[in-house]
Amino acid sequence: METAVFIVCAAIVLAGALGVVLARNPVHAALSLVGTLFGMAVLFLNLEAHFLAAVQIIVYAGAIVVLFLFVIGLAVAFLVTSDVGLPAEAVLRLDITDQYSNLRQIAAVLFTDYVYAFEATAALLTISVVGAVVMSRRVARADQAQQAAEDD
Amino acid sequence: MVTASWYLILAAGLFTIGAVGLLVRRNPLIMFMCVELMLNAVNLTFITFGRELNDIGGQVSVFFVLVVAAAEVVVGLAIVVAINRRRPQATADDLSALRG
Repeated sequence: METAVFIVCAAIVLAGALGVVLARNPVHAALSLVGTLFGMAVLFLNLEAHFLAAVQIIVYAGAIVVLFLFVIGLAVAFLVTSDVGLPAEAVLRLDITDQYSNLRQIAAVLFTDYVYAFEATAALLTISVVGAVVMSRRVARADQAQQAAEDD
Repeated sequence: MVTASWYLILAAGLFTIGAVGLLVRRNPLIMFMCVELMLNAVNLTFITFGRELNDIGGQVSVFFVLVVAAAEVVVGLAIVVAINRRRPQATADDLSALRG
């Protein structure tokens, strides 16, 4: 069973990765990336990393790829309707009452040995969000004209 | 029975595809996606070794890689949007303003 799951998912992962590299249209590349990420999530389940499989789908397919699609829609200036759902609860086995569940094991290490690194990631995410807002903010029009003049 | 080396070979293949794509493609968005492929390959090796060595630390490392990947994508795509506003249709080869 594990072998069959591995072979199918490895094929999906590699096909998706080739799709990302070979696709001419960036939207097709982003959708191939979703295929790769879903295959990878199933491989994580195969390796008994249940929590990370859920995080993989929620963070990557649910947030990062949707962000890619939004930026493609903004940059290439055509409408992208994306309806990437979160079928995470279908595969999840995160029983928090089980003392030996994957989630509890990770939490026990993450909030003791790695607690300072964990706090640092909060700062990292805050800074990156603030940076993204600052960079993508529209500059004042006079300023823009001046910069355009400098470019020419 | 799937041994750890199968997963490691798959991760190596995925990393190679991502690295080649990063070097070959010139669209900044696709280059970012190739970086994501390489990060995923590394995550797979972390989890594989974590299972082989029976150490939960591998999965915790993957958690941090995911956080950094999310931050990287947010900042990178903001840069892409900012560049695109100034110079539409710019490829990575056109962005040489920071050359030394």
